Amino acid sequence: MIAAHLPALQVVVPLLAAPLCAILRQGTIAWLIALVANWCAFVISIALVLQVRELGIISYELGGWAPPIGIEYRVDLVNAFVLMVVSGVGAVIIPYARKSIESEIPRAQRGWFYTMYLLCLTGLLGVTITGDAFNIFVFLEISSLSSYVMIAMGRDRRALTASYRYLIMGTIGATFIVIGIGLLWAMTGTLNLNDLADRVPAIEEARPVLAALAFLTVGISLKLALFPLHLWLPNAYAYAPSAASAFLAGTATKVAIYLFFRFFFTVFGGEGFFDSTPLPEIIMVLSIVAMFAPGVVAIFQSNIKRLFAYSSVAQIGFITLGISLASEPGLTGALVHIANHAIMKAGLFMLIGCIVFRLGSMRLEDMAGIGRTMPFTMAGIVVLGLGLLGAPATAGFISKWYLAEAALLQGLWWLVGLILLGSVVSMIYVGRVVEIAYFREPSEKVAGLKEAPLSMLIPGWVLVIATIYFGLDTTWTVGIAQDAAASLLSALY
Amino acid sequence: MSPADHILAALAIPVIGAILIALCRKHPNLRETVTLVTAVLLFANVATLLPVVLEGGRPAVYGFPVTHELSIAFEVEPLGMLFGLIASFLWIVNSVYSIGYMRGNKEPRQTQFYVCFAVALASSVGIAFAGNLFTLFVFYEILTLSTYPLVAHHGDAKARTGARIYLVLLLSTSIVLFIPAFLWTLSIAGTLDFVPGGILAGKASPLATGVLLALFAFGIGKAALMPVHKWLPNAMVAPTPVSALLHAVAVVKAGVFTILKVSIYIFGPEHLQATGASEWLVYLATFSLLAASVVALTKDNLKARLAYSTVSQLGYIVLAAAIATPLALIGGALHILMHAFGKITLFFVAGAIHTATHKTEISQLNGIGRVMPFTMGAFFIGALSIIGLPPLGGAWSKLYIALGGLDGDYWFVVAALMISSLLNVAYLMPIVVRAFFRPPDPDDHGHGHGHEAAAPAEGGSMWSRMQEAPWLCVVPLCFTALACFVLFFAPDAVETLLSGMLEAPR
Amino acid sequence: MSTILADLNYWVTVFLLVGGLYIVVAHGNMIKKLVGLSIFQTSVYLLFISPGKILGGTAPILDDKYTLYSNPLPHVLILTAIVVGVATIALGLALVVRIHESYGTIEDDDLTDLESDT
Repeated sequence: MIAAHLPALQVVVPLLAAPLCAILRQGTIAWLIALVANWCAFVISIALVLQVRELGIISYELGGWAPPIGIEYRVDLVNAFVLMVVSGVGAVIIPYARKSIESEIPRAQRGWFYTMYLLCLTGLLGVTITGDAFNIFVFLEISSLSSYVMIAMGRDRRALTASYRYLIMGTIGATFIVIGIGLLWAMTGTLNLNDLADRVPAIEEARPVLAALAFLTVGISLKLALFPLHLWLPNAYAYAPSAASAFLAGTATKVAIYLFFRFFFTVFGGEGFFDSTPLPEIIMVLSIVAMFAPGVVAIFQSNIKRLFAYSSVAQIGFITLGISLASEPGLTGALVHIANHAIMKAGLFMLIGCIVFRLGSMRLEDMAGIGRTMPFTMAGIVVLGLGLLGAPATAGFISKWYLAEAALLQGLWWLVGLILLGSVVSMIYVGRVVEIAYFREPSEKVAGLKEAPLSMLIPGWVLVIATIYFGLDTTWTVGIAQDAAASLLSALY
Repeated sequence: MSPADHILAALAIPVIGAILIALCRKHPNLRETVTLVTAVLLFANVATLLPVVLEGGRPAVYGFPVTHELSIAFEVEPLGMLFGLIASFLWIVNSVYSIGYMRGNKEPRQTQFYVCFAVALASSVGIAFAGNLFTLFVFYEILTLSTYPLVAHHGDAKARTGARIYLVLLLSTSIVLFIPAFLWTLSIAGTLDFVPGGILAGKASPLATGVLLALFAFGIGKAALMPVHKWLPNAMVAPTPVSALLHAVAVVKAGVFTILKVSIYIFGPEHLQATGASEWLVYLATFSLLAASVVALTKDNLKARLAYSTVSQLGYIVLAAAIATPLALIGGALHILMHAFGKITLFFVAGAIHTATHKTEISQLNGIGRVMPFTMGAFFIGALSIIGLPPLGGAWSKLYIALGGLDGDYWFVVAALMISSLLNVAYLMPIVVRAFFRPPDPDDHGHGHGHEAAAPAEGGSMWSRMQEAPWLCVVPLCFTALACFVLFFAPDAVETLLSGMLEAPR
Repeated sequence: MSTILADLNYWVTVFLLVGGLYIVVAHGNMIKKLVGLSIFQTSVYLLFISPGKILGGTAPILDDKYTLYSNPLPHVLILTAIVVGVATIALGLALVVRIHESYGTIEDDDLTDLESDT
């Protein structure tokens, strides 16, 4: 019985847990509620993946109203995969969050944090699972608003301005998206994604439709921090509470990338349409710049969280590059990198949060020699850094491999070189962190530090091990991603 | 245990050893014992595979798939067998030497040192026994990463800079050139497996083969082919056992081993010869080996001179791979063996001198042969082997390469090898001459005993005036020097083993 | 002229859209930015609602007398969007209050000066 309602439960469970946290505002109880809700969401997402594997696309009518009039939740392999990634990352972060939030947020506000966290999770899961265009906007704004609040709860007062800036840019982005949706709706009369997919190809040359595509692209690019619309990201990730940084780094941009998939290849998925627009070239150029420019900026950062935030912008460039190649290995690489990067970045921000928890500072200079006093934390950061640069036997290599293969298949030799050069840039900033942590003499403060508490270290290490595991056994990542990519390209929805 | 089990054991033993070494952090003697036991066990394990390979068997552990195209697989063939044996055997010798050196110089962080060594050896075994290019690449990268802390061991600014160049150069070449190389190979040949006779014959045009060869030659930075050789001299900031590891046992040998393996099992010697795609590499390798020898002449720092000597000697092996005639290929593989023993002796000597007298420059070495006769005697023998004079092993490998060059109609190769040998004499022999035939500098305090050697040694008084390095350093280097001599009688046996690598595709 | 009158709703929409965006970009005062954002969002409401009105149509009342309906759906959608907009502005203003408490100013230029780089 429950199995039939899984799609709805995926969103409803965290949604209902959120006001519970708001009512029972005591920090530990709120944390427990968040833990249970998130783990339930994760289990549900795995069940959905297995269901879709077996039965094909799941269509769920909300309230029993049939689509295209009623809102439907439609689960295919692509969004089942993203659901799994989002809820999985959250499930690992919540155990970590307890100690981390205790140290960063005053007692009275902790319950609110978990409320916002659950709302953000609801929003992200909702964006992914829904089959209705306007519903996407609503859930997107739910997740965005709650993330603005989460970020603003950071200790440093710069979290406030970072959150404000994100608010302005994010709202512009979301409004552009809704403009695009509005134009599409005005032209086709439907808001249901599946229905849109049927109706748009007939009118895809019409100017409002092209305008809709443009608005959607710009709006989604703002949300996913595609260069040069990434300006909100570095400060937002740097000054947010560590658990929030980890969660947002792993999920928020990934869901926006999912929107790219859905709009480009399903709604606008008519035969050869995507390739006939200048979009693939534009996105490719922006992705290439994104692979290098933020990476180079990362090298010169003195705040470790900002360094890895810029690294995130660079890695997103890799993902969008895969999308612009619009071939099966390209989309496979993009999807796989969504999962791999989510795992690696969430893990990185968690372990950095461990350092911040003990040390109290985010400045790289203050971390000199910390590799001796916090060996497990730094070892984890090293492994995840290796994943970022794409060392073999880590998950990062698999994504880069597929992207390089996609470039090779289209005969773009120079692109293969650029993809690999981008990895070299990551090597430089990861190497910088490694050098400071291991090859400098620790200050007195650093020498007196203890290793991070287990409840924070273990979730981080779960993701470290996951990085290595998914670098060697790719059945869950590549296996699903490949089928998902194939279904996207054949516009099966 | 079946041969396949032995392969897995050979990988597992050093890893388990590394963990045990880390656990024995607080008990140095126990820790060193663990290292030695691990090394002996590893060698024993690897050696059990030798009879199987000699008979023509190819023990293998197959397909642990990573993606639908890439898998981890192991297969032992003659070349890999040779490399595995060299690496595991010399680890034992190097470990004994390391104990003497690290304790004699009171080096810090010794546990980290031994742990990284063990991991590096595990990756060397992985490279030796790799059954396809992807597996080799995985262990190749692990080798780079595990030797980085070893190079940066001293932790001071110089060590950091040297290690940084080491890591950046090796990782960049492997990411930017090696990955496209095997990606392209996969798209041409549809597989990455090592197959006798190569996988590219009939599928790759001469131009494609040439470009692909370039990607491999420069992408495999560990082979130190000019201009990607800079990491090697920069890595001399490491403690000497690490330099011995880099120059004889693991890293550079992994590099040239990979180049040889790729030429034989990916390109195929016939394909290379038929397309002439490796001709440019013959010229470049010749240039590299000559240029490096010339640079070696200019270096006063002993380790720097030996580093450039290594760049030059590695050029011989790359040259052999490029010539690709059977004799050249066997000569190249033989040179891996001979150079390993010769160079490790020379580096052991450099370290012994440093431990005993803290001297690093050649100009400081006047008369040191009188107080360190065993050490410098070993140096003399090692130098002769590198130069390529009988009755030391190095003579054979150079001869084979030269003959192989003639087979391939590369006449100038013979001339280049002869000039190079002369250059070897020019940069190695003066050290020996200085050590034995020059009087020590007047303000040379030796070990602080105010000892001035005036007249050459005579009879029993030589023993009393000897100021050798710790015996744990001296014994290994004498041993490897002796081995250079013993190897002079080895070529037939090694050739029998290696002929298996040139057999026709099955 | 007739084209402008015929598409007057779209012209107004575009004017508000561009005007709102301009205010966001051009002004350094945080409250003014939020005002601009609000104007920008209003343009979207117009974009949705105005095409929904069918000339001569009524509200959807089930009765034989009424056959031509204006589309009620955009009203529903925009109600949601307005709520979202209200929440956004409220949050933005709350942030402005906190920023003012913390920094003493709400001008972008002054804030950039106050925030040293770490």
